[in-house]
Amino acid sequence: MLLKRDLGGTLLLALLGIAILVVPVLNLAVPESSSLHLSTYTVTLLGKYLTYALLAIALDLIWGYCGIMSLGHSAFFALGGYAMGMYLMRAIGPRGVYGDPVLPDFMVFLNWKELPWYWYGFDQFWFAALMVMLAPGLLALVFGWLAFRSRVTGVYLSIITQALTYALMLAFFRNDMGFGGNNGLTDFKTLLGFDVHADSTRAGLFVVSALALALGYVACRAVVSSKLGRVVVAIRDAEDRTRFLGYRVELFKLWVFVLSAVLAGIAGALYVPQVGIINPSEFSPLNSIEVVIWVSVGGRATLYGAVAGAGLVNYAKTYLTGALPEVWLFALGGLFVLVTVFLPRGLVGLFRGRKEPP
Amino acid sequence: MQFEPQRPRKPVRRIDLMTYGFGSASEPAPDASSAPILYIEDITVSFDGFKALDGLSLYVDDGELRCIIGPNGAGKTTMMDVITGKTRPDQGTAFFARSVDLLSLSEPEIAQAGIGRKFQVPTVFEHQSVFENLELALYTNKAVWPSLFARLNGAERDRIEEVLAIIGLTESRYSRAGVLSHGQKQWLEIGMLLMQSPRLLLLDEPVAGMTHEETEHTAELLLSLAGRHTIIVVEHDMEFVRSIGRRVTVLHEGRMLAEGRMQEVQNHPKVIEVYLGA
Ligand SMILES: Nc1ncnc2c1ncn2[C@@H]1O[C@H](COP(=O)(O)OP(=O)(O)OP(=O)(O)O)[C@@H](O)[C@H]1O
Ligand SMILES: [Mg+2]
Repeated sequence: MLLKRDLGGTLLLALLGIAILVVPVLNLAVPESSSLHLSTYTVTLLGKYLTYALLAIALDLIWGYCGIMSLGHSAFFALGGYAMGMYLMRAIGPRGVYGDPVLPDFMVFLNWKELPWYWYGFDQFWFAALMVMLAPGLLALVFGWLAFRSRVTGVYLSIITQALTYALMLAFFRNDMGFGGNNGLTDFKTLLGFDVHADSTRAGLFVVSALALALGYVACRAVVSSKLGRVVVAIRDAEDRTRFLGYRVELFKLWVFVLSAVLAGIAGALYVPQVGIINPSEFSPLNSIEVVIWVSVGGRATLYGAVAGAGLVNYAKTYLTGALPEVWLFALGGLFVLVTVFLPRGLVGLFRGRKEPP
Repeated sequence: MQFEPQRPRKPVRRIDLMTYGFGSASEPAPDASSAPILYIEDITVSFDGFKALDGLSLYVDDGELRCIIGPNGAGKTTMMDVITGKTRPDQGTAFFARSVDLLSLSEPEIAQAGIGRKFQVPTVFEHQSVFENLELALYTNKAVWPSLFARLNGAERDRIEEVLAIIGLTESRYSRAGVLSHGQKQWLEIGMLLMQSPRLLLLDEPVAGMTHEETEHTAELLLSLAGRHTIIVVEHDMEFVRSIGRRVTVLHEGRMLAEGRMQEVQNHPKVIEVYLGA
């Protein structure tokens, strides 16, 4: 019912369904000698793209539909990632280099005697999973409440979101914050008892990422198809009109912003065990800008366009940073300019004919 | 004013107006003898020392159709900003329906209390359909969670259809509001106000940019709504104000200059001096 008249979304979910069935088989069951074999490297790369796609959907929800160009979404992504990283660190247990049963290696190295209070509970997966959503969600709630209540909009809002992620990056770089300083959290061993380096775990993470993307898509589609979604678009297009119709605009913005942050956090949490590290560079404002580029390349306010943009741009990035590393940033900038000027509705706009997104 | 060949009016709209239950357009609105529904006293608004409103008082009766005129910069829009909570005055009091203190409420609270406002520049949700525009305006619980699960019921759909007919946009119900003509957008915005079921409607230049015929229809619509709703219209189009022919308030430099029937106001020497004579 939700997917009625949502061709792009139907296609996306079908592709994800096929990938969930086929990718693990090609990786685990097809022998390496076969040309159909999919290497674990590729599976992990695809899994990483899926988490980026979820992050892109989160941004599209707040930017494409609500008109808030957040340049701070990498902060929510990284916070989700750190929450997962903290679990993975504590799951190492006594297997670390220093063999301390409780303290992660970097704390032993810094001569810390006790676990900081905010690391409590992260030995439990359920607690970490909760924090994956709560930490970005609460930050978005507090930040959004302050910003939306004082009616900060447009460029100013973008700038303060960027300042937010920049400030967090600087904070996480500090060793005394207790998050591993500039090395971040790494050398993970197991996730829920599974070896994080094992092929089967990687395939499992791919499947979970694909499921998360599918669920994230359906959830966002449900939101934007509801009356709440129409209110949000109304706010984007004529904020005052919406307010004078009796809607408390700041609360609607806040709701969508928090949902978007939680989705970004989940994306970050799935990203970390696949890439094997989380460090403060994930907070970098540049990362947030890249997300904006994915969404505008794919096409705003369609959700599946964000997925397409994230996939294509990251594929290009993987290819170019391998083949011509010095060209990548120029290519990215050029792509953004070209899309902005010639394809204001993004790549999916090419296929949608005259039908405009809401 | 320009003369246009008078096309016969579409009979459909007339019938719609009658079935809506506001009576025929030529019928005078019921005489409102009750206490003022809007009570504004001694309101002053200054922007960097410049007084956009300067001790303005205004009383509007329940069911009245009041026209407000005045030269550019007289403070007409600012007055609506004060009533709807957009601008807080430096001093003064503003009450709605006896007990609602407008100066202590936010814009959405004032809207939900029963005051609808049409902006000077017609503002509709361009990327959404005409139907959706009206749905968004519908008077209902407008909190966040109820909006997530809101579904239109039969009565609400009927109400939207009713308003679509009143504003003459039944055939365009699935069109994007962005493709409507300027006049149609004005009508859609008025329709959105009706969906709010407001007791008081504030219309800032509702016929700006309308054709002669559209202007006439608008006058007819407003006359049919008066009585049920209290309406305050700000207009520059004198022909339109005359055709409404109700009580007129003249603002000038943030103060009330004159008030009365169009005929009286027109002959008021001060008004002639600052406005009509110009
Ligand atoms: N936010 C503001 N800041 C500074 N000055 C303002 C502001 N809003 C209005 N003014 C000034 O207050 C005065 C009254 O403006 P207002 O818009 O109420 O006039 P108006 O009667 O609606 O005029 P018009 O017929 O042109 O719409 C004008 O001189 C205007 O420049
Ligand atoms: Mg004005």
